[in-house]
Amino acid sequence: MASPTTTADAAIPQQKGADDNYLTHDKGFASWAFTLDHKRIGVMYLASVLTAFALGGVFALLIRTELWAPGRTIMEHDTYNQCFTLHGAIMVFLVIIPGIPAALGNIILPLQLGAKDVAFPKLNLASYYLWILGCVCMLTSLVTNAADTGWTFYAPYSTTTQTNVIPAAFGAFILGFSSIFTGLNFIVTIHKLRPPGMTFFRMPLFVWALYSTALIQVLATPVIGITLLMLIVERVFGLGIFDPALGGDPVLFQHFFWFYSHPAVYIMIVPAFGVVSEIIPVFSRKRLFGYQFIAISSLAIAFLGFLVWGHHMFTSGQSVLAGTIFSAITFLIAIPTAIKIFNWVSTMYKGRIHLDTPMLYALAFLWVFTIGGLTGIFLAVMGVDIHLHDTYFVVAHFHYVMMGGAITGFLGGLHYWFPKAFGKMYNEKTGQLGALIVFAGLNLTFFPQFILGSRGMPRRYYNYLPEFQGLHQLSTIGAFMLGIGFLITAVSLARALKSGKKAPNNPWGGATLEWTTVSPPPYYNFQTPPPVTAGPYDGYEDLVYDEKIGGYVGKKA
Amino acid sequence: MSEPSTAPEAAKKASAPPPAAHDHGHDDHGHDAHDPVHAANPHLAHHFDTPQQQFDAGKLGIWLFLLTEVLFFAGLFCAYTVYRSIHPEVFVYAHYFLDTKLGALNTCVLLISSLTAAWAVRNAQLAEKKALMLNIVITIACACTFMCVKYVEYAHKYHDGLLPGHNFQPKEQIWELKSFRDRHPEAAEYAEKLAKLDEKKAEPAAAGAAPAPGEAGKAEAGKAEAGKAEQLERPTEEQLEPLLAAGLVGPRSLDPSAHISRPRMAHVFFGIYFFMTGLHGFHVLIGIGIWIWMLVKAAKNQFGATYFGPIDFTALYWHLVDLIWIYLFPLLYLIH
Repeated sequence: MASPTTTADAAIPQQKGADDNYLTHDKGFASWAFTLDHKRIGVMYLASVLTAFALGGVFALLIRTELWAPGRTIMEHDTYNQCFTLHGAIMVFLVIIPGIPAALGNIILPLQLGAKDVAFPKLNLASYYLWILGCVCMLTSLVTNAADTGWTFYAPYSTTTQTNVIPAAFGAFILGFSSIFTGLNFIVTIHKLRPPGMTFFRMPLFVWALYSTALIQVLATPVIGITLLMLIVERVFGLGIFDPALGGDPVLFQHFFWFYSHPAVYIMIVPAFGVVSEIIPVFSRKRLFGYQFIAISSLAIAFLGFLVWGHHMFTSGQSVLAGTIFSAITFLIAIPTAIKIFNWVSTMYKGRIHLDTPMLYALAFLWVFTIGGLTGIFLAVMGVDIHLHDTYFVVAHFHYVMMGGAITGFLGGLHYWFPKAFGKMYNEKTGQLGALIVFAGLNLTFFPQFILGSRGMPRRYYNYLPEFQGLHQLSTIGAFMLGIGFLITAVSLARALKSGKKAPNNPWGGATLEWTTVSPPPYYNFQTPPPVTAGPYDGYEDLVYDEKIGGYVGKKA
Repeated sequence: MSEPSTAPEAAKKASAPPPAAHDHGHDDHGHDAHDPVHAANPHLAHHFDTPQQQFDAGKLGIWLFLLTEVLFFAGLFCAYTVYRSIHPEVFVYAHYFLDTKLGALNTCVLLISSLTAAWAVRNAQLAEKKALMLNIVITIACACTFMCVKYVEYAHKYHDGLLPGHNFQPKEQIWELKSFRDRHPEAAEYAEKLAKLDEKKAEPAAAGAAPAPGEAGKAEAGKAEAGKAEQLERPTEEQLEPLLAAGLVGPRSLDPSAHISRPRMAHVFFGIYFFMTGLHGFHVLIGIGIWIWMLVKAAKNQFGATYFGPIDFTALYWHLVDLIWIYLFPLLYLIH
């Protein structure tokens, strides 16, 4: 398949001129709108996802402002219901699910595999436009009469409420297909486009994580698709499958919904595991500890994730036996997760740790994800869950995982690969400042919610008892702190784009293939598939830091 | 995945091409112009090294896609299973309204189209342009026939008020249906009598509400008399069993004066019926579109030993659409 070239040859980019790269290769709107280049599609995804993130964040701040005091603070209760629904739906379907795989994964995955593109570039572009279409549908609901069902669309409320549920549900349906196409593309790319010598156990862990994620995307998303379609048909024609007034079974909706949405939780978090697995060895300047265990544990999480949906339904009246089985399998998920955490910590042990921005995010991830994961075990205990079900404890738990895990991982990955993707360095100081404020704000926002929940504050409530006010106010202050942290980060990255220093090819000293290309990468990534002879975390000792270019170079060079 | 091209038929080497040469030039359309493998295979996309790699990627992709399709329909089959286990009588009742002959005709039509689709793959591999186009045309014709028959069926349902949800207002009673009469003549007759009796019982009651109090007493007496006169004999098992199974009489109604009605949730069957066959029909329409596209590609003589993937993948999709119907037909039409 490939000619016998050396690594050095493969790294020589295929260029028109010295400065030709994927950003400058073509110009004009059409060259972006109809591009089939995975990096450009990734950049478009990134910009869109970040915009949606800002919108979802605004809703979060509105919710927290409303909860500053009991009773009405800034909005009516109906508006409040719409706000938390849109916050949830936007953050889940538009931001976290596509965040790491479709945005960062699209840019980085083919580069890490030494491939010229993903297997199906047109499908990749179609996936992006489906995202746009899904986003438009959601916004239609927003500007008409926004849905107030919560992002879970539980029947029978969703089949009877007067608000505009259909566009929101249809939006989620379309976004599901966007996600399926991305996942399908990645699975085929990973199976068929690896370079010579790259066995499955020589793939970077980010690729492993995206592979596990893609499996879930392909296997779980169709079920939510058909469920939402049934919901829409139920609303329009009175199908009678979910609505008890028509003879339907609302618990069936919950089964269908969580059959997707629990695995979807791993669609959100497993890619973040991948990012952290990349960052920690590079910034510890040490070979990753327990590579195969981390790789396999991603698959184990993906597999077990399919068998635990019933733990969302302990109070729905399902049988105690079913509950016990779901509870036991949920405990099992703690094992592969803990394997990862221990391996990351062991990697750092006796390493030379560099506290650059990506590493700060990775460390923040370790902290918040451990809290988020462990509180998940509380909720998996049936007896405890009866008390904590539908309280702020659940809200705090999944925000520690989704916000603390997925978003922190996303930001870590964004800072890690930013120099590669855009060829510019950001200001390290502002990057670090943003990371620290985000970390502090995150804990301040969500830790009080654990206490609120354990004391019985129900989730999604507009009003609350006066004794909860202090903790609610702490949470609101934290939310604004988070907002400031994100703002600083956004400004820092925007400034870098505009006037950042030119990035070296390998600013952090990574040994995976994407760092062998120039920054930003050339249009075709690699002229020929680069042969791989070692694992992705070997050979840090062969790289030395070069003060002049501000990055790492091979020892011989 | 490949760009339309009028280039001559691809060279017939499926694998093990010579190593790619390293030339610095490339054209602006994404092909490495001086690379012999790509030069020899106009349908080979720039990011694949060999036609074999491109075919394998496509094959894995289409199988994954089919997997998602199966899961997509699985939600509906699951809803069907849950609902049928809760309300078996609804399914027995409603299936009499479906035309088994038209369903069987559609099954045959789709099976034939699957055969021609599979044949088309072979034609594409052997670069038999005429046979390939003929087989694709037959496949499209079968698909169109399927949709026409489906249209006839839907039109009947619409006309007879057999619609899901609030729109379910059947114009015909089940014992008036030929499909029911043929299979259970005694039951149909008995049901008819029961229904007439119900009507008569209802008439005097309705009449009695309006007139003056003096006349009401008379009407009451008349009704009781009529009831006695029209008292039916105890039904036999042949008469009662099908009515019980179809939920027309309640489970404890060995009492001959029982009311006759239809299952309360009968509309849900038609909800499921329209949803499942509608979604399937949508897939048939998509299939027709893709086959037309393939026909255009075939007319341009694009397919041969090294490039037949698109036909192969379309045929796989088509087999799945066929297979789903193979399940839908017995599940909806052939209930006993």
